[in-house]
Amino acid sequence: MTGFREFAKWDSHRGITRGQFRTEWNGKGRQIVEARPVNGYNTGFTRAIRVDPRDRCGLMHIELRHIHKRFGPVHANNDINLTFGSGQIIGILGENGAGKSTLMKILSGFQAADSGEIWLDGSHVAYTGPEAAIQHGIGMLQQDPLDVAAFTVLENFVYGQPGRLLPDRKAAGQRLGELTRRFGFELDADAPIAQLTIGQRQQLEIVRLLALGVRTLILDEPTTGISAEQKTILFDALRTLASRDSMTVLLVSHKLEDVIALCNEVAVLRAGRVVGTRDMPATTGQLVTLMFGQEIKPQTRERADLSVAPVALELDSVTLRGKRVTVENFSLRVRAGEVIGLAGLDGSGQEMALRAAVGLEKPQNGRVLVDGEDITERGIERWLVKLQRSLRPSRSLIIPYLLVTLLRMLVAEQAGKAYRRFLQHGVAFGAAGRLEEGLVAGLTLTEHIAIATETQALVDWGRAARHTAAQMETYDVRGRPESQIETLSGGNQQRMLMALMPEQPVVMVLEQPTRGLDVDSARWIWQQLLSRQARGTAILFSSPELDELVAYSDRILVFYTGQVFEVPDARHTDADEIGHLIGGSFKEQNI
Amino acid sequence: MNEELLNILRSVVANATPLVIASLGETITERAGVVNLSLDGSIILSAMVGFVAALASNSPLVGILVAMLAGMIIALIIAVADIELKQDQIAIGFILTLLATDLATFAGQDYTRIPGPQILTTPLPVLKDVPVIGPIFFNQSILTYISYLLVFGVWFWLFRTRPGLAHRSVGERPETAFARGAKVNRLRYIYTAAGGALVGLAGAAYSLSVKPGWATPPNMQGDGWIALAIVIFGGWHPFRVVLGAYLFAGLRALSSAIQRSPDIQIPIVLLNAVPWLLMIFTLLLVSSGGIDRLVRVLPRPVQKWTRNFLRSDPPAALGTRFEPD
Amino acid sequence: MKNRSTALQITLTILPIIVSLVITAVLIMAVGSDPRAVFEKVWEGAFRDERSISQVINFWIPLTLVSMGLTVTFTAGLWNIGVEGQMMLGAVFASWVALYTTLDPILLVPLEVLMAMAGGMLWALLVGVLKTRMGVHEIFGGVALNALANVFSIYLITGPWQPPEGGSIQATPPFPEGALLPPLSDSFRVSLLALVIVGLAIVGVVLALRGTRWGLQLKATGKNPRSALLLGVPTERSSLTAFMVCGGLAGIAGSYRVLFTYGSLRPLVSGGIGFLGLLVVLLIATRALWAPFVAFAFAAILGGSTRLKIALQLDASLAGVLQGFLVLTVLLSNGLRQRLNRGRAAEPSAPTPAEALATEVAHHE
Repeated sequence: MTGFREFAKWDSHRGITRGQFRTEWNGKGRQIVEARPVNGYNTGFTRAIRVDPRDRCGLMHIELRHIHKRFGPVHANNDINLTFGSGQIIGILGENGAGKSTLMKILSGFQAADSGEIWLDGSHVAYTGPEAAIQHGIGMLQQDPLDVAAFTVLENFVYGQPGRLLPDRKAAGQRLGELTRRFGFELDADAPIAQLTIGQRQQLEIVRLLALGVRTLILDEPTTGISAEQKTILFDALRTLASRDSMTVLLVSHKLEDVIALCNEVAVLRAGRVVGTRDMPATTGQLVTLMFGQEIKPQTRERADLSVAPVALELDSVTLRGKRVTVENFSLRVRAGEVIGLAGLDGSGQEMALRAAVGLEKPQNGRVLVDGEDITERGIERWLVKLQRSLRPSRSLIIPYLLVTLLRMLVAEQAGKAYRRFLQHGVAFGAAGRLEEGLVAGLTLTEHIAIATETQALVDWGRAARHTAAQMETYDVRGRPESQIETLSGGNQQRMLMALMPEQPVVMVLEQPTRGLDVDSARWIWQQLLSRQARGTAILFSSPELDELVAYSDRILVFYTGQVFEVPDARHTDADEIGHLIGGSFKEQNI
Repeated sequence: MNEELLNILRSVVANATPLVIASLGETITERAGVVNLSLDGSIILSAMVGFVAALASNSPLVGILVAMLAGMIIALIIAVADIELKQDQIAIGFILTLLATDLATFAGQDYTRIPGPQILTTPLPVLKDVPVIGPIFFNQSILTYISYLLVFGVWFWLFRTRPGLAHRSVGERPETAFARGAKVNRLRYIYTAAGGALVGLAGAAYSLSVKPGWATPPNMQGDGWIALAIVIFGGWHPFRVVLGAYLFAGLRALSSAIQRSPDIQIPIVLLNAVPWLLMIFTLLLVSSGGIDRLVRVLPRPVQKWTRNFLRSDPPAALGTRFEPD
Repeated sequence: MKNRSTALQITLTILPIIVSLVITAVLIMAVGSDPRAVFEKVWEGAFRDERSISQVINFWIPLTLVSMGLTVTFTAGLWNIGVEGQMMLGAVFASWVALYTTLDPILLVPLEVLMAMAGGMLWALLVGVLKTRMGVHEIFGGVALNALANVFSIYLITGPWQPPEGGSIQATPPFPEGALLPPLSDSFRVSLLALVIVGLAIVGVVLALRGTRWGLQLKATGKNPRSALLLGVPTERSSLTAFMVCGGLAGIAGSYRVLFTYGSLRPLVSGGIGFLGLLVVLLIATRALWAPFVAFAFAAILGGSTRLKIALQLDASLAGVLQGFLVLTVLLSNGLRQRLNRGRAAEPSAPTPAEALATEVAHHE
């Protein structure tokens, strides 16, 4: 292909750049040798395609033309035109629902565009799946890395690589070792994936894609859930790949600090469209303006002194044993009207602590008190435990011991039952996976309200309907009371969940209350929460968003592999400090 | 070693053969994420058609092939209903259990209690003379030898080969399989069919070898359910599955030995309860709730050991549907 | 276009029935009989005279009872395969009262029925506790408890309940007259009491599922137990009560088999009616009101086939074959219909034409 082809590129300052370019085969790959912009500026583009003649690797030039993708009424990608050159780290920015993940899934073959074309090195390609995209040199690292939990690291590395019936484990292990050593990754070839952190699984996925010969690496929100240390290693690796190997790195993120630290170019999406591209460096304010059309001031709130308020919820030397971490002798007092944030990487123990606070996780030791009342377990169980302990020492009592053991198994309270007791004592819980844990697909709005509010044996459907109408009005739920919950839009489901929560519980325990929400919806949620907090409800929540923790918490507890550390002055801390703490740096402080 | 004991052990291995084959077949299917609940009916129907085909052709081999075909067809109905028509695997499997049993009873009504061809015992030269092991394991029918090969074959396939990785990933996390270029639903068809064929082979093993002939009601009724339970007990791992099958067969042999013994006064009919009690008990042991409750109350030193020993995690995507995009 | 799709819908509704009949006919020919004669015989066997109709009703009564019960467990998302065993245990409990209690029939019969309910509930509760407490899936718990119930009833028949002078191993001695449910008349042998119970069961289950908090909680538990729990539904109690209601109804159904149909306890006294009830419920999904009608059709096939053996030397399992194919083909054609509808819904959303670059430029300038 020697003729000129059309290109078009957006740029936030300069508007559109159009023109033609020509590619040539250089023996390794196709590279752009000439570009003729027809209407003026072309800096960003030509810089992106400039090739170091000493570079031995084949280059990659990606062009997306008129990409459209709809999901029902949502136009997720609306006429996207972008070009990416090699040797660059390009940030794809945008708030939730802006269409950035969709676009990247189209580029990496996970989804098919409704219309539009992908051009690689000047030729039009149409591929039918992620594997085909990888063969074209484009690989994507998903937010939750696509691996198999039941496999070992080596099996995962081997799986998907072409080869004979019997994989050469030794050669694969060597290749894995070479790649991990090059980037300073720490991966044990025989460890099962289920025992790895998200950060390690990302590392595995990166070396796997590299081993498959990927030239363009797409990463979707890679810094969510990994430690500060892992983040440093990851960023170093990405810089090496871009500068030394001339690879293209596309970083999908809504975390501006990551983009500022890493990228040398950004493309910003809003509501399915490209609203601008620009070269870095840029300030946070400039990027925010690009993303939202205006600068947003961080939300803050007035905080009163709560040290004398009554204790709403108390965890008293609670020991929780999970599959991967153990939280030992954890104590916490949540006072009325207090907001306490739990920080930590996924699986550090904060999830267990939250669930223990609502009776969904049974502590091995310790007590949970609500308004001063111990509601950890029923009396009979406590009595049986005592009995069992007293029987243990003697060998002759083995039969009674076993009998008591069996009895304990039989009367042991189901986690759910404890949760109901907690609920009755005024503990409300909002789970992270809200639509799987909170709403029942197949039931109508009215039925949901009836479950939450009707207490008589016979349901008064008239009353339930009136109640539903009132709650829908209050919480601005748009839909029909008789329609099934799954037909509502995500935002409306979210509001419905708020409507289902008790009006004024003693304490609200919330797992990642704004997960997956854009800034506006997140603010709305916090408004609702804080209006309850203002009336005396205590709030205990976890979040991976450091800014959220800093903005709303009176106190912040950091979890690291089951150990807990309280941030000394949570009201004057910042995301940076917490970021270091969740990576485990408080351990050195303590010593 | 005692001659009589060797004989009993030999018969345990022989009687366990269809259970081994059927539960390995189900292991293959479930490892790909599909539940073939129809085992009890499939075994019965394939036993009947296998016997009739062998009788008509006077060739056990034809009988075996026809039985495997029958098992495969039933399994494929489940796969089509699940993958193409989005119907519940459990519901279709249950209907097929009943349907296949009635179908076998109806279509096989003219063939009850008549003699037919059988697969005979073929002692393996050299191996049969190994003390203890020889008479127990290598004085068996060809189907039993096939079951040995299957155990190692299935294990090797699942855990040592490249397509085995794809096979397991389809049952564990189909999204990953899709991302690595596997045709998820095609693989599910293949492994459901392959598993079904083995279930059919198990049926033939009954009607041509272990319980030769055909009878109404079918004399292997219930074994399909036991095979399904063995897969769970075996943690979807071929070696533990085989162990489970031999355990069940051994217990059965034991209870029939008790029946024959004049000293023990247990009503004979009650011994029929043993496999079912064992089934509940083993499932209770390996269920996650069961382990957790057990572990919670056990002394700490043995907790981890118990958990690891009994742990039986199903393929993560078992019984779920996969729709690309 | 619209006519075509209506025609298609009708075809897809009738198709399963035709397909099942054709397959069954081919099968009948394969065993060397005339399908027409067989179908005629089945029709006659079901509807020829009062006697045959009363026989159909005698199948319909227990079948409807278990179907109503299974509607409850299905609403709660439970596979109560153990319903057969629950019937058998109900029969055993009723037989125990019938054989060893001497009371006035006015008291005796209600006591038998109540004990039968208790027996069914007990067996169902076991399945439920094994599921919620021990993590044993209800399918396996149910299958095992079915077998155990059967072993238990055979043990009673052949052992403790054998009369001292020795008796049959096929059944217990016949129950005394006063222990049996009285028929309406000699020619129309149907129990009025049982009909009343069935009526109550239908009304009760339908109302309970529609209008009570319990029914609503069952529904939520069945659709998403996790969410239901977080909404404050006592999911374990929901599951267990669903099992118990179903077990109680199955127990009554079982008692009907011994107190009316047979007049004695026999092995496998449930006769597959519990499994048939599962097929009924699979057909109607959770539409409880349809259960009696579908159950009647199935009872007619069952009743009509009982005399095939004598008349045409054909095994009565033909009924199961026809019923099985019916349910299978209905479910498959439901899937086919949804698939076709999906295809049609996806069609009209034509790709929007890509907007011209020029308009973009104009917009930004």
